[in-house]
Amino acid sequence: MPLPLDLQILNALAALLLLLSFAMLSQRRIVTLVNLLAFQGALLCAATLLLAWRTGENHLYLSALLTLTLKVVFLPWLLHRLIRRLGVYWDTEPVLNIPGTMLIALLIVVFSFGLAQPISELASTATRNAIGIAVAVILLAFLTMITRRKAMSQVVGFLSMENGLFFGAMSATYGMPMIVELGVALDVLVAMLVLGVFFFQIREQFDSLDLHHLESLKEEE
Amino acid sequence: MSVELILLLAMPLLGAVTLGAYGARRWAPDLNVAFSLATFLAACALTARVIGEGMQVMLREQFLIDPFNVFLVTLTAFVGLTTAIFSRPYMRVEREHGRVSAAQLRLYHSMYQLFMTTMLVALTTNNLGLMWVAMEAATLSTVLLVTLYRTPASLEAGWKYFILCGVGIAQALFGTILLYFAAEKVLGAEGVSALLWTHLNAVKGQLEPAVLGLAFVFLLVGYGTKVGLAPLHNWLPDAHAEGPTPISAVLSGLLLNVAIYAVVRCKVLVEGSLTSELPSRMLMGFGLVSVVLAAFFLWRQRDIKRLFAYSSIEHMGIITFAFGMGGPVANFAALLHMTVHSLTKSAIFFAVGHAAQKAGSQLMDDIRGLITVSPTIGWGLMLGSLAILGMPPFGVFASEFLILTTAMKQQPWATPILLMALGVAFAAIFGRVQPMVFGETTAKRLPHPPALLPVFTHLGLVLMLGVFIPPYLADWYRAAARLIGGE
Repeated sequence: MPLPLDLQILNALAALLLLLSFAMLSQRRIVTLVNLLAFQGALLCAATLLLAWRTGENHLYLSALLTLTLKVVFLPWLLHRLIRRLGVYWDTEPVLNIPGTMLIALLIVVFSFGLAQPISELASTATRNAIGIAVAVILLAFLTMITRRKAMSQVVGFLSMENGLFFGAMSATYGMPMIVELGVALDVLVAMLVLGVFFFQIREQFDSLDLHHLESLKEEE
Repeated sequence: MSVELILLLAMPLLGAVTLGAYGARRWAPDLNVAFSLATFLAACALTARVIGEGMQVMLREQFLIDPFNVFLVTLTAFVGLTTAIFSRPYMRVEREHGRVSAAQLRLYHSMYQLFMTTMLVALTTNNLGLMWVAMEAATLSTVLLVTLYRTPASLEAGWKYFILCGVGIAQALFGTILLYFAAEKVLGAEGVSALLWTHLNAVKGQLEPAVLGLAFVFLLVGYGTKVGLAPLHNWLPDAHAEGPTPISAVLSGLLLNVAIYAVVRCKVLVEGSLTSELPSRMLMGFGLVSVVLAAFFLWRQRDIKRLFAYSSIEHMGIITFAFGMGGPVANFAALLHMTVHSLTKSAIFFAVGHAAQKAGSQLMDDIRGLITVSPTIGWGLMLGSLAILGMPPFGVFASEFLILTTAMKQQPWATPILLMALGVAFAAIFGRVQPMVFGETTAKRLPHPPALLPVFTHLGLVLMLGVFIPPYLADWYRAAARLIGGE
């Protein structure tokens, strides 16, 4: 029996979300990276809206609005502003070359679906197949953070992880209680503002946002 | 109804706002002390009420005060107060040495109070989601304090702190989502109640074990990063060493405790659902690795604050191991150890802060002969070190003795490892502190007299806990230990 149309769309959105994670892994231009992040946020917002309409859960509409303002509009705007003010447009060569990263990423996706299997079986939500994708998005964002050298790309990875977490919460349980979602959103917002200040401090000190400057604190022999 | 709780949380928050505006004035450090004192008084009132009336659920069940967290609330407010007293002369000296500007001082005072607020929320909330939010906020409020001096090393420490704890705590969020997922099956999708600890605790036997096991792995890794458990401890020595010393004292004495508290809260739920011993084994494993690794890293330190930061990792390992063993005695000992470690370690950081200011350096080779210039600082550091190394009659001895004897009974294989690590740590710390305290001096005079009252108050309390635990305090620990034991 074919799935109803709205579920098919939801699954397609989930697949696109995963695809974007791969795109982020292979992208070295930081401006594009931020655009990809905004696009990921937009997909998340669309998925939330669709789910809200399907289940009639009112708090999901609020959650979608929150995603839209914070992750699609405000944070990308803030990051673009920072990029312009700081003049960081390109990341340097990643720690691992891109084909190698892609291979690891593929393995991670397989692993994620394995990890999510027991949860998907227990879930009663219509979106349970997407839980594996959410786990994969989280772990791929983690990989992005590990393989990048510029502070800005690591932050984009961090935010992408946050997207994955939200998607996970949504597909497993139709979202966390509103008070928690608001709290998390507030934390993300404050984190980005703190980071903005922090980047200027780093640049003032080192004239660059390259993280190899930040590798001197090691245990002395 | 819950006036004390509201006061407890509102006082530091009000302090953060007020000091955000006036934090650079000459009397700002006094104001900081005043707000901390008000918080402490509110905590005492709250404690008195809980002793009288037992466990309380407040403000639409969003907040919970029970024997386990009420003693941590009092401890947090108390150390917050003494640290504020210590920070008065310390930050004034820093200001006169030109290490901080007026704006930075304002940031410092405001964030100090905000940090206290977030920790108190994390301790008192009944909602596991809110607990997560408060833990993350605690990181955010201290990042800019770690980088307060804007040196390259402090920026690096701040960045590491932000990113490692950020990623760590994201794992904890995933764990919380999984917990919510499992709870929703039992408690229904009416949402709000499914993350409340009291509700979860009531139905923990019915929660799906497979999901809870997975959730616990994520929660332990997440909050464990904040506890500083090896191998997730990388941020901890840097953040402790590079920030101002009052912040090192509250990070080490309080934040680590709050993070352990979060882990143990989750463990109670998971253990009630699982039949296997997975949570206990994981806690014991992480704990032992931390103890051993930290003991050996102690030998390689040259910076005095890094030395004591590694010592904190060691003690967090001991506490985690004790909670892992479980049972009434081990839980009792772990709670006692949390208390005495917090008091001793912050006292040591107070003494270290003054010593480093006098010597003009944090390198242990540059600090010599404290006892000739300032006998009180010298003795404070010496006695503090002896206390943290577990010498009788200090309280650390009592708790470590209890933990070791329980380990001999329950987990005999771990005892030699623990003893060896404690021995290694003893030799490392004692060998370094001894020449700093005695011998030729390099120290200079400072414009503001050091605040030594906090150092000796803390050490006096630790001494008292080693010799004699007041009966009501012992009852209190026992009640908390029973609660953690899942009864």
